Amino acid sequence: MTGHVPGQPGLPPGDRRSKILSGGEPGARSVQIAVASTVIFFTVVAVLVVNSPGWAAIKQAFFERDVLRESVPEIVRAFGKNVFIFMTAEAIVLVWALFLAVLRSLPGPVFAPLRLLAIGYTDLFRGLPTILVISLLGFGMPALQLQGLPTSEFFWAIIALSLVYSAYVTEVYRAGIESVHPSQIAAARSLGLGRWQAMRFVVLPQAVRRVMPPLLNDFIGLQKDSALVSVLGVVEGLQTANILTQRAFNFSPFVALALVYLVITIPQTRFVDWLVERDRRRRQAGSTV
Amino acid sequence: MSAPEALRIEGLHKAFGDLEVLRGIDLVVADHEVVCLIGASGSGKSTLLRCINLLEPIQAGRIVIEGQDVTERGVDVNQVRRRIGIVFQSFNLFPHMNVLRNVTLAPQQVLGRSREQATEEARVLLERFGLLDKAEEFPDRLSGGQQQRVAIARALAMNPDLLLLDEITSALDPVLVAEVLDAIRELAATGMTMVIATHEMGFARDVASRVCFLDDGRILEEGAPAQMFSEPTEPRTREFLDRIIAAGRM
Repeated sequence: MTGHVPGQPGLPPGDRRSKILSGGEPGARSVQIAVASTVIFFTVVAVLVVNSPGWAAIKQAFFERDVLRESVPEIVRAFGKNVFIFMTAEAIVLVWALFLAVLRSLPGPVFAPLRLLAIGYTDLFRGLPTILVISLLGFGMPALQLQGLPTSEFFWAIIALSLVYSAYVTEVYRAGIESVHPSQIAAARSLGLGRWQAMRFVVLPQAVRRVMPPLLNDFIGLQKDSALVSVLGVVEGLQTANILTQRAFNFSPFVALALVYLVITIPQTRFVDWLVERDRRRRQAGSTV
Repeated sequence: MSAPEALRIEGLHKAFGDLEVLRGIDLVVADHEVVCLIGASGSGKSTLLRCINLLEPIQAGRIVIEGQDVTERGVDVNQVRRRIGIVFQSFNLFPHMNVLRNVTLAPQQVLGRSREQATEEARVLLERFGLLDKAEEFPDRLSGGQQQRVAIARALAMNPDLLLLDEITSALDPVLVAEVLDAIRELAATGMTMVIATHEMGFARDVASRVCFLDDGRILEEGAPAQMFSEPTEPRTREFLDRIIAAGRM
């Protein structure tokens, strides 16, 4: 998402400056042009697509109305399982990744082994394909039949997703922790707060606030990757769409699932964009003080 | 020196890698004394204050606070720091907390004060510095002078035996300097023991019981402000003061 204003391409540098000085608001005229050009563009595209020679076949294979209508409720129901998977995994990731990030930020030579452990962890799980970790744990752990460990592949799928995404989120947290200026820690310590108190009351609140956008981005990734759990035979959204597709000899259930995903992910990406934009405005306002 | 000592520094050495910043500082500050450190940028004023507050590890020497050697091994640094307040050049307020919370955080978490008691004490302090109406504001909504006064209140909330001020007006607009210096004058009048690194010579002359001139990591000369500013004995001190006068800072 760039700050490019549609309908205002290629202003010469001199004009651009005057736009900035006048507040950068596009005038009523450019809004009209933007709306008109958008409507015309998409109408042309739609007409071209619908009249293309293969359209009838595509429409029948992917957008069959009856199949869509029948599959949506079933897919939504199955998608509840995905929601449970990614919500649980997100809760685990929030805590576990924060723990790892704090571990990695511990200063002093005594904590070297813990730091190494945290580094090794992130290297390992960022270096493996998610679907491989899910297969390893989801097929492997139940097969071991170890005493006291759950044998449900559903359980291990959640663990696998949590392990992988914690590795990414740890890095996000760590970037946030490191972005808090050392003078903040000095101020906290000078008041007599201990290392952990400074972390808890001064560093972490500021760090977490700053990394909200990349954190949410990773969560959207996690939500999409909940579909990978289908390799274990868990009947969640993708698996259900697969079954329905084979039953109907038609790909519309996949499209239905795609729509379900978009309905939950697009609002979130918009929200992240809004957060980033708000942060940017705040920083700019802050820099003029 | 008959008055009890708030601070005694002996043979303090501090280096950042190969760069020697403090090369043998000796300094004694009596209770209720206000000592101003003057000297060019890079002469070691800030580093000295940060060492006293144990924010910087030192290479050699002793720092004794109210009779306790705080440079000994096994000293609880948090215990020491709660007795020494420091105010920084760049305020360093906590931007995610409102003014009141900035002031009450340490008393609650370090001294174990109840929320009500810490709030009550903080309000008294904020009132004293004319900031009570800003208690609910966040730091970025305040002027530099207001932020710095909040930082002073935050340090005082710990009821320190000794207050260190590190060029606290250097980051301020000239028009905001006076309100912060007035707050410090008032503090000096109440008998607060202070070590102040400053470039404000007029202020130093007013408020200091003693002025120390730092040059190249040593205290080259010290004395009463009247003597230091009118007839310094060291040529280097005279040279420094002449440059300050030429720059219109005195």
